[in-house]
Amino acid sequence: MCLGIPGRVTTTDRDDGLLMGTVDFGGVRKRVCLEYLPDVRPGEYVIVHVGFAITMVDAAEAERTLRVLRAMGDAVAAELGERLP
Amino acid sequence: MRYLDEYRDPRLAAVLLERLRGVATRPWRLMEVCGGQTHTIVRQGIDELLPAGIRMIHGPGCPVCVTPLETLDRAMAIAARPGTLFTSFGDMLRVPGSHTDLLALRARGCDVRVVYSPMDAVELARRHPDRHVVFLAVGFETTAPANAMAVLRAAGLGLANFSLLVSHVLVPPAMTAVLDAPGCRVQAFLAAGHVCAVMGWTQYLPLVARYRVPVVVTGFEPLDLLEGILMAVTQLEQGRAEVENQYARAVRREGNTAAQEAVRRVFRVADQAWRGVGTIAGSGLVLAEEYAAFDAARRFDVGRLVVRERAECIAGAVLTGTKVPTDCGAYGTACTPRTPLGAPMVSSEGTCAAYYSAGRSAAPEDEGAVP
Ligand code: SF4
Repeated sequence: MCLGIPGRVTTTDRDDGLLMGTVDFGGVRKRVCLEYLPDVRPGEYVIVHVGFAITMVDAAEAERTLRVLRAMGDAVAAELGERLP
Repeated sequence: MRYLDEYRDPRLAAVLLERLRGVATRPWRLMEVCGGQTHTIVRQGIDELLPAGIRMIHGPGCPVCVTPLETLDRAMAIAARPGTLFTSFGDMLRVPGSHTDLLALRARGCDVRVVYSPMDAVELARRHPDRHVVFLAVGFETTAPANAMAVLRAAGLGLANFSLLVSHVLVPPAMTAVLDAPGCRVQAFLAAGHVCAVMGWTQYLPLVARYRVPVVVTGFEPLDLLEGILMAVTQLEQGRAEVENQYARAVRREGNTAAQEAVRRVFRVADQAWRGVGTIAGSGLVLAEEYAAFDAARRFDVGRLVVRERAECIAGAVLTGTKVPTDCGAYGTACTPRTPLGAPMVSSEGTCAAYYSAGRSAAPEDEGAVP
């Protein structure tokens, strides 16, 4: 549960007042809570832990990290609930 | 022995290793705190590539591993109650309790579900007003903001059928406990990058000043780890002890203040038992009085729990870095990821599972002569 995964924010919205968004993890899309990064904009990259974006990260770095994570299939599947394509 | 061409950028890894060889004149022992880092180090064989004498000691940073047996037994007692819908991160399901595990309870008909986020558990409570939804809230500073938000959300929605069974641990007090342990061999730390993404890095300044021990905030990719090791060894060789940030692409000095604020609102710091290690002062979080209604441990009286650890499991020594999994008589025989006797064999962040999946049969050579 401690493996943070970087992804790109694609959309943001409010769900009953809560700041949420869709984050694309190299092809897998998830609903993510953005309350802790209220200034984040679509197109920016974040690191997500258990459904929460906790920090912004540089785009090129995030893509590189995703490539490394693809090689760690099991750990990512445990974190996201599915494998990276 | 692994080879450099398995790395994402083998040339960069070779350069970092070359520089490390140039810098290291003496044996040094470094602890990586985070279980995710342990996994990368063992899987990529980083510890086997290091110059002789530079030794990685694996730390207690596996949240699954340090969750007390008593908490697990309590979780199972609550999950077995009629009307409970029990939720947890997936990696907690196979951790052996005194008598059984959550997966076995589910097979017997208890409603135990894996959620990806604690917010999914809140959603279940909203959809099932006739059931009581309990979430097993474990983890370090990385998951605490998520669990805090789940409580704030449930409170905001007025949900009376949601609660957390909390077993939260904090990293800096655990590092202090490692340094205070008799016979401590750790001379520098690689601090967990994502914990620092939440908490920032100034919280290590007192530790660095008091123990004169270098702390390098480090990411969890192979190159991050090599660079973090190089930075820590360079400090040691130069007689410096500072907080340095290798993982600047994700970690800012002050961390995520909004997340820290939510954690402060919902939880308060308390003494905490670490499985296999013992109680460490001020190393955990419990729900603040204002949110006591969301505390599953208060809500459900499960009577007195008699906990029983497996005698053959040396997880405590593995978690504090005094032993490695291959020192354990059960490793790879009675204890495998399919038949785990202890938590470090279950979690992908556990040292025993990391050793097993990398096919390790012996510990890396202990401190030899430096070339
Ligand atoms: S190998 Fe199994 S029994 Fe031995 S310390 Fe690790 S988890 Fe415990």
